[in-house]
Amino acid sequence: MQTIKIDGITRVEGHGRITIQLDDEGMVEDAHLHVLQFRGFEKFCEGRPFYEMPSLTARICGICPISHLLAGAKAADAIMGLRIPETAEMLRRVVHLAQITQSHALSFFHLSSPDFLMGWDSNPAERNVLGLAAKHPDVAMDGIRLRKWGQEVIDLLGGRRIHTPWIVPGGVSQPLSVEHRDEILKGLPGALSIATRTLEFFRHMMEKLQDEVLTFGNFPSLFMATGRKDGNLCLYGSRRKHEGWLRFGDADGNILADNIHPRDYHQYIGEAVDEASYMKAPYYKPTGYPLGVYRVGPAARLNLARQCGTPLADEALNEFRRNYGNVTLSSFHNHYARLIEIVFAIERMQTILEQPAVLDKDVRAEAKANEAEGVGIIEAPRGTLIHDYRVDSNGMMISANLIVATAHNTLAMNRGLVQVARKYISGHEVTEGMLNRMEGLIRAFDPCLSCATHADGRMALEVEVLHPDGSLAGPAVRR
Amino acid sequence: MTKARIATLWLDGCSGCHMSFLDLDERLVEIAPLIDLVYSPVVDAKVFPENVDLTLVEGALANEEDIEKILKVRANTKLLVAFGDCAVTGNVPAMRNTFTVEEVLKRGYEDNATCNPGAPTKEVPKLERKVIPLHELVKVDLFIPGCPPKADVIFYVVSEILAGRMPDMSTRCRFGN
Repeated sequence: MQTIKIDGITRVEGHGRITIQLDDEGMVEDAHLHVLQFRGFEKFCEGRPFYEMPSLTARICGICPISHLLAGAKAADAIMGLRIPETAEMLRRVVHLAQITQSHALSFFHLSSPDFLMGWDSNPAERNVLGLAAKHPDVAMDGIRLRKWGQEVIDLLGGRRIHTPWIVPGGVSQPLSVEHRDEILKGLPGALSIATRTLEFFRHMMEKLQDEVLTFGNFPSLFMATGRKDGNLCLYGSRRKHEGWLRFGDADGNILADNIHPRDYHQYIGEAVDEASYMKAPYYKPTGYPLGVYRVGPAARLNLARQCGTPLADEALNEFRRNYGNVTLSSFHNHYARLIEIVFAIERMQTILEQPAVLDKDVRAEAKANEAEGVGIIEAPRGTLIHDYRVDSNGMMISANLIVATAHNTLAMNRGLVQVARKYISGHEVTEGMLNRMEGLIRAFDPCLSCATHADGRMALEVEVLHPDGSLAGPAVRR
Repeated sequence: MTKARIATLWLDGCSGCHMSFLDLDERLVEIAPLIDLVYSPVVDAKVFPENVDLTLVEGALANEEDIEKILKVRANTKLLVAFGDCAVTGNVPAMRNTFTVEEVLKRGYEDNATCNPGAPTKEVPKLERKVIPLHELVKVDLFIPGCPPKADVIFYVVSEILAGRMPDMSTRCRFGN
């Protein structure tokens, strides 16, 4: 008998548990992720004014509050039935790109890079960002500074780093000053050079990570992301230009469904309850549950994009595609895709900030509730985020449905866990490094379980190995 | 020199307080040699250790596992800090207290589900009837309000405690901001 318990998955954003089912020969039969927290935003927003929703739902997640602020603001824009000023949209894009930068930097440097740089099997007491600072100070400082820069840009725009009240229904609350614009632009080349040198070093490191590419969630599935008219990488999704609509593609690069208006998302996305997790399992409705597996996030976005749309990021994407094809099926490539997106984000910020219109003072449109329902969709750092609000004639919330990036990946994460478990677990001896790889699979998705059960979440990972009859197989407590 | 044994715990919150902790930026590297971060979502310790000098607890108490954890933390920590508004007051997570647990679960797992409706019951911790702040259950030694507390405030608190002084929070932070 053997029980494995990882009591607290670490270096991910959330709380959860994994169970692994073994067959009679001790081979892995199945594996499952359980998310353990629930908060209930969809219910307790009831009766509150819709314009509170961006600020309220920001508290779903302290890592990517900007995502919820923007999805909430876009849903509110739809309820008001208005077009926000062009400058407001430019500023929302900039703050979003800053968030992509800081969140991806956190995922890559603070949370995941200790596994690559110090080794999956290295001393767990040192395998973290502080250990990284001691062993690889240059990389750690690059990570800390890149994340810091992203956070500072958010602060310069929104007056604070976390849970800014600046993003509001109808636009943003304050225009951008010349001084702040210049300060952002001043720091931009430094951030870009960190991003490009990290991309270069990770590109070389990929040669040593081919096992991970092959096993960390490498299988055919569908992919989902929002799209732009020109087919390029879409992160914010302009309501003004009727962009940011949903797109599904398959493993061969075919587009299965395109230009799905945000309000029609539920025709394509179903939500199944997993009786053993507070995180629901969305599925592609035309295929059904549980076969309708699709993935979201950085790799899925690049799979579905024609190009990024900025020079350095496009160069990096082309290089990536030369090596791995136009559609990558490996979720481990999310790390690589994250670095490409950081380069893109910084380049794009520069082009937006260099336009004089970014300083325009007209940054907010006002209206009361004119529509009964509003859906706001944005590409959060981890993937597509959907906020769907229904209001009464006074604009008070009747109900909300929120589908967050991490949840879309539920079915894929479970499948990836099986794949990693089959590769690294055989029989009875289970090492700490093996369990760390299970966590590594989860880290590749950069899940935010805090978001995933909006609801709540933290995901502590506990792994339990079960015999076919469901009894626990053997103790190997992870320390 | 003995390093201070510091832990951080994330309960029913959004992780924003932990992100504000990471917003120490370069100061993280500055304090790293002075502390042993023995338990935290950002390091790989899986079991809450004994003899911890300082634990920053983010989040309110919302389910049976939160209760188990905070009791364990209290028993093994000299100085327990309610870190941020959710830990101090219950804040946003406690907004569900105006509804019953059944109503809240129904919205998430019946109204907003298209397949297998019904609240999860296997493997997941049972929700408490009411979400409560830390001090309703355990003794709290220091309160840091803020949603989240600013990085400068966190740095002040950690620095004072490392210097053997009790921080004076009276003028340094306020709720919400």
